[in-house]
Amino acid sequence: MVLLLQYTLIFASVLLLVALGGCVSEHSGVINLGLEGIMVMGALGGALVMRFVPYSSATAGFGERILMFLLVFLASVALGMLFSMLLAVASVSFKADQTIVGTAMNLLGTALATVVVKSMNTAINPNDHSSEISYIEPKKAFLSNIGKFELNWFVVVAVVMLVICFIMLYKTRFGLRLRACGEHPQAADSVGINVYKMRYLGVLISGFLGGLGGITYITAGVSVWKFENGVAGFGFLALAVMIFGAWHPFKIAGAAVLFGMFRALGNVYNGIGFLKDLKIPSAVYLMLPYIVSLIVLAFTSKNSKAPKAEGIPYDKGQR
Amino acid sequence: MKQKTPLLRNSGLQTLISSLFCIILGLLIGYLALLVINAEGAWTAITNVIKNYMTYPTAPARMKYLGTTLAKTAPLLMCSLSVLFAYKAGLFNIGVAGQYTLGAAASLFCALNLGLPWYVCLLAAIVIGAISAAICGALRAFCNVNVVISGIMLNWISLYSTNVLLQTVKESTGKDTIRLVKQHADSILPTLGMDKWFSNNQYVTIGIPIAILVAVLVWVILEKTKLGYELKATGNNLNAAKYCGMKENSNIILTMIISGALAGLGAALYYLSDIEPWNVNSSSVPGMGFNGIAAAFLGGLSPIGSIFSSYFIQHITLGGGYVDLSHYCAQISDLISAMIIYLCGFVLFFKTFINGRLDKHEEKRAHKAQALEAAQNTEGGKK
Repeated sequence: MVLLLQYTLIFASVLLLVALGGCVSEHSGVINLGLEGIMVMGALGGALVMRFVPYSSATAGFGERILMFLLVFLASVALGMLFSMLLAVASVSFKADQTIVGTAMNLLGTALATVVVKSMNTAINPNDHSSEISYIEPKKAFLSNIGKFELNWFVVVAVVMLVICFIMLYKTRFGLRLRACGEHPQAADSVGINVYKMRYLGVLISGFLGGLGGITYITAGVSVWKFENGVAGFGFLALAVMIFGAWHPFKIAGAAVLFGMFRALGNVYNGIGFLKDLKIPSAVYLMLPYIVSLIVLAFTSKNSKAPKAEGIPYDKGQR
Repeated sequence: MKQKTPLLRNSGLQTLISSLFCIILGLLIGYLALLVINAEGAWTAITNVIKNYMTYPTAPARMKYLGTTLAKTAPLLMCSLSVLFAYKAGLFNIGVAGQYTLGAAASLFCALNLGLPWYVCLLAAIVIGAISAAICGALRAFCNVNVVISGIMLNWISLYSTNVLLQTVKESTGKDTIRLVKQHADSILPTLGMDKWFSNNQYVTIGIPIAILVAVLVWVILEKTKLGYELKATGNNLNAAKYCGMKENSNIILTMIISGALAGLGAALYYLSDIEPWNVNSSSVPGMGFNGIAAAFLGGLSPIGSIFSSYFIQHITLGGGYVDLSHYCAQISDLISAMIIYLCGFVLFFKTFINGRLDKHEEKRAHKAQALEAAQNTEGGKK
């Protein structure tokens, strides 16, 4: 049961971070379907730091652990934001179709990460053609054991981000302006808000959070990541969480815990007596989060609270 | 006065130019990536990607691998038709990959487990693809669920259920399904002697002509029938279509059914040629569906354009296998096709840019003509 709680929390954190990213971006008026690609790039950034920064858990003090954590954090965020610029430039400045660009980013993220990791592995060892990075030791820098419970520091980060996002969106001038750009950009422009700048910022923030979500995902329970696999549709699950959470940070958090639990069941059902006795094939548990999200979406999409102007490129000259 | 329309005004030509532009830029970025990885062999690597089967020295070998490329183009063409058909009606069918996966499940299961002839297997794949897409369409029509998100969810559900279903027809050792040729050769698509033209490449089947015929059929449906007109109208403006008395909900579902059927057919054309077995441990849906998205947009969303763009995408995807694997990896082709999709997002911008320039040009000319006329008139007044 401790294990179930642990996995639920970590997967919920991933979904929460990424869904908050999607939420901020949509409040600014840009649908971010490229979250999956952003996650992969964020994961790549963090994994590369863990691969190349020397670290040994046996000798490391608290200071070194914090340093490692910060480096991983910064690398993920930086790559996530850099990659999200692809969406910002295309959809804000060039008014490109956000669905096509987002889809392209997802494919591009996985392809780019695979090419980078494979060529890196091959360059180090000519016989190594895998797309894997392993980070067993450095990962321990940001894991703390509380009794049997293993706390990943990124869970704490997710909670902090939740609070920051809520305050930013609903208690600051910036948040009000950002949301105005997603609801009625013409009105926002008429009172002197730079819609393009706001949308750029919205997408960049989603890159920041998406990158964090990516690194959290690949440190959840595993210590080796095969980049060919991308992030298994988690970017889209996060979008489902966001819709279920009605574009509101705290409701999103609730939805993330629910979805996180269904995902966690796939990892731990073998350890839970009655679930093991049911002898359901493991594929069913793997499918569970996706099935649940379909059902949930079917019931919650009708009265959508989506920002009114999302997905529509803003054109100054338009009436 | 007869006015000549500039050649650049032609929308087809604009599409062609922008597609070529996307390809060149995409290849350039691929080349840059190769340069970064290892500068020395980058040029050979990118030319090998572009050459694909032309890297073989002898003509028979080239013909043989041209056959393989064509055989793999047929399912890709189906996927791209599936994407563009739905897109014409305003639906982005990213679930094409899942419908394709289910098509693979149905065709292989019918062939290996039930021992049915090829045309029944083909039909089964079409039906299951259509059903799965219909779920997506119904969710969109009645519950307002975003098709992209429901499509992705169905992709993963389809993948895991396919893996479970095909466990029953797996080789006793290994992770692949049994080859059709060993188990039930009647399920393999007939070649009608076409394999002879391609150095006895047994994978060259009637799949290729079927695919081209379907492309023409899709063009006819979209351009020459009432159904096609209604679908496009629904895609252009849902509310206007509703106002004109079109049944927008059933149109959405019907579009998805046809789109899914095309994807399912694509999978059948691939797996029933026995070109590759299904790996029951697959951890992601086949790339065919996503490449279909690239091909659809690269082909300017035209069924005929898709024939060429599908071939091109498949050509460079297979070409990726010919790079020097001691330095590079085959995924460089995925990178190039992903880049091409990304650039396709800019096509609309490119077109408005060209049209804007042409408008300005024309306006200037009109102004000049007016000024000239006015000047002549005043001169006439002085007389």
